[in-house]
Amino acid sequence: MLKLAGKVRRIQLTEVQDRPLLLQVSTNPVLPKVMRATRAFLMSDGELPEGYQHYLIPASLEWRAGELEGKSSFTLLPDDYDYLGNEDIIRLDGQAIRVLFRANSGHNSLLVTEQCNHYCLMCSQPPKKVDDSWILNELEALIPLIPRDTPEVGFSGGEPTLAKDRFINLIRMMKSYLPRTVVHVLSNGRAFADEHFSQQYAELDHPDIMVGIPLYSDDPSLHDYIVQAPGAFQETVQGILNLKRLGQKVEIRIVLHKQSISRLPQLCEYIARNLLFVDHVTLMGLEMIGFTRANLEELWIDPVDYRDILSEAVAILAAYRMNVSVYNHPLCIVNNDVLPYYRKSISDWKNEYVPECEGCVRKSECGGFFSSGVRNGYSRAIMPFLK
Amino acid sequence: MSKFQGLDTYRRRDTYELLPFKFDRLEDDDYLITNMTGEHLVVPMPELHDLLAKKLAQDNPLYASLRAKHFIRYADEQAPLDLLALKLRTRLARLTGFTSLHIFVVTLRCDHSCPYCQVSRRMDGESSFDMTPDMANKALDFVFRSPNPAIKIEFQGGEPLLNFEMVRYVVETAKQRNLKERRDLEFVIATTLSLLTDEVLAFCHKHDVILSTSLDGPADLHNANRPRVGRDSFERFETGLSKARNVLGVDKVSALMTTTDKSLPRVREIIDEYVRLGFNGIFLRALSPYGFAMKTRRFMTYDTERWLEFYKEGLAYILELNKAGIPFVEHYASLILKKMLTSNDPGYVDLMNPAGTGIAAIVFNYDGSVYASDESRMLAEMGDQSFRLGNILTDSYKDIILSDALLDALEQSFTLSAPMCADCAFEPYCGAEPVFHHAMFKDVVGRKAESSFCRRNISIFKHLIGLMQSDASTRRLFIQWANSC
Repeated sequence: MLKLAGKVRRIQLTEVQDRPLLLQVSTNPVLPKVMRATRAFLMSDGELPEGYQHYLIPASLEWRAGELEGKSSFTLLPDDYDYLGNEDIIRLDGQAIRVLFRANSGHNSLLVTEQCNHYCLMCSQPPKKVDDSWILNELEALIPLIPRDTPEVGFSGGEPTLAKDRFINLIRMMKSYLPRTVVHVLSNGRAFADEHFSQQYAELDHPDIMVGIPLYSDDPSLHDYIVQAPGAFQETVQGILNLKRLGQKVEIRIVLHKQSISRLPQLCEYIARNLLFVDHVTLMGLEMIGFTRANLEELWIDPVDYRDILSEAVAILAAYRMNVSVYNHPLCIVNNDVLPYYRKSISDWKNEYVPECEGCVRKSECGGFFSSGVRNGYSRAIMPFLK
Repeated sequence: MSKFQGLDTYRRRDTYELLPFKFDRLEDDDYLITNMTGEHLVVPMPELHDLLAKKLAQDNPLYASLRAKHFIRYADEQAPLDLLALKLRTRLARLTGFTSLHIFVVTLRCDHSCPYCQVSRRMDGESSFDMTPDMANKALDFVFRSPNPAIKIEFQGGEPLLNFEMVRYVVETAKQRNLKERRDLEFVIATTLSLLTDEVLAFCHKHDVILSTSLDGPADLHNANRPRVGRDSFERFETGLSKARNVLGVDKVSALMTTTDKSLPRVREIIDEYVRLGFNGIFLRALSPYGFAMKTRRFMTYDTERWLEFYKEGLAYILELNKAGIPFVEHYASLILKKMLTSNDPGYVDLMNPAGTGIAAIVFNYDGSVYASDESRMLAEMGDQSFRLGNILTDSYKDIILSDALLDALEQSFTLSAPMCADCAFEPYCGAEPVFHHAMFKDVVGRKAESSFCRRNISIFKHLIGLMQSDASTRRLFIQWANSC
């Protein structure tokens, strides 16, 4: 697992900095001077080019810090940041570093807010009730720095739409600065029940954007219980209807756990019958992180024990010609009939394997595990595919 | 105390409302409930009582399903109403398109002399039973008056290939006109394939014409049903089929079967013949009461019950095939299952409401008469002109489409108001069939309690629901069937 944020070992600034610094990382020693003024040079064995706003020194090159001492601003990185590369974007704030964007990753996800109007039993990113509008300021500064050829960017939360107009503005900025970048928004969809809001969103006419909206049960009470919010089901369904009425792309995301599994085939039939026009349905494994650990008793079911239910769910959605994907499941605990819909999907920085996988010849096809699963528990039935 | 609330917190404290639904007894204590959008559930009598008394317990597994399928809702819930409206609009969306299927009877002449033939047969040589170019032109004027963006022109007979020149003329003229009209235009020839030539196939290939043909079962049965000079109907069919598939592609040739009393003991053999010839389904049809079939009283030689046995035996055999890994469907069941298991309507003329007559399909006869349906012209051949809407040479589009013969039939047979249909739990799966009921009862509504149409369809509806209730794997197969048409 990659470490994306933490403390740096040492930072030296030539000027006083009262605000966090957003910096594009460069590994190019021959970058035109005009471009150096806004970038951080990631030091390597070679010659040190002059004129960068900032220098990043990997732990292994600490001995070269002397070359910059007193002359330029620099940061001494801990070991965990070896993966940094050209065109990545970082934030430096006092002793804190956060990697905001990784140019090499297809999985850049930008957190919009930590506030949420749900309190899901299995939330992997527990919400906080604090004013975090500084994040929006930062995103507004970040978007223009993102490389223009970035294939995809995700927005998540919290609930991103709680930012209301500023959420709309973020999407507008994405279209303006990165028109060829696919945007994926994780939202509970409730804000779109407001016709005015969904209209505003649709009018942006973004060339390629999809909203991923969770729906956990066809039973409104059960859905509301899972997300810990009364009335959520009604608003989410109406949000989906509004978005589709306005021709917007919608993905339905179903996290599988003991609660959602209890009526999963019924939910799939409900979707096929009422929401046939959504663009994608994803069935996802549970992350063993955040609130999940507090609610393990209510949530945990070994995926091997629901493999037949998963097959049935996929068969229903596929029969209705829906676009369906299964995410976050180790390959050895799904039935073969699921394979045409099986995707290797866990964000690269979250994907790992467990000791039982030793010797498995199909690791390259396997979705693997969330790091959280490796640490906090996984199926009893993991078995390597041997030659 | 946990910061999380239990499921109970999210249960409703108030009382639910009933949304509109109908119910009927399936068997014993089991009742079927349905709503206008075709959603259904099987509910045992005690639960049905509780449901209606608004005291069904929330921990009863039926409760969640009733809510999810929009049989009940709470006063503050808008989503169920929006979804019901959406599903109903979807089911009826076809109506806004108006007429799609236009049948051109280019000749009554036929090289076969089938005793059950649904229209009177004539010998090969008499051209007075052919459609004229003038009629064809007027009929095409009519076709393009339809607002439907998708237009299907089907050639019937007799044997349309006996007047292939007219087929050619209509196809070429329609395509010419379509350069301006820009409709999604599709052509079908209903033919036995006995007169199929390379020239005809080359033409079909060039113009994307689909062939709809007839196969009644194994050779002896097929030939007995379909006598022609030379007793070679089956051989000609099989040769024609492989030629047509070679040139047009396997998906461009479909087959329909006609059931006669000779078919009844042989349903498995009939299905096997379809499987042998590489078809992916069969339409197990009931014999219709029109044409010679009625005159010769052949349709009386077996009753609806016997036909239902035949149908159910066939269906069971097809499910066996499915479970052995052979994908094969029974098309009539698929059409009904689409109404039961999806929010779409397959648009099958016999199972539509308002009736499909005239507004889903219309027939231009060889003599210029316009009929509300294929069955209407069969009735006319028997001397009953009730559904003759006019003549293409003398009457305008408006005269024909707004004729009392059509509008009265549509209005009176409308199943949401017709006596007994309006209360029937199976109504969402059924259709108004004014022509059939008129033929049987001289009245477009008819006496439903005595109607073999009702008897046959309700029995099939119950049978399909019963199969799904008793076997989860059959239900899964049926979901696939429902989405195959």
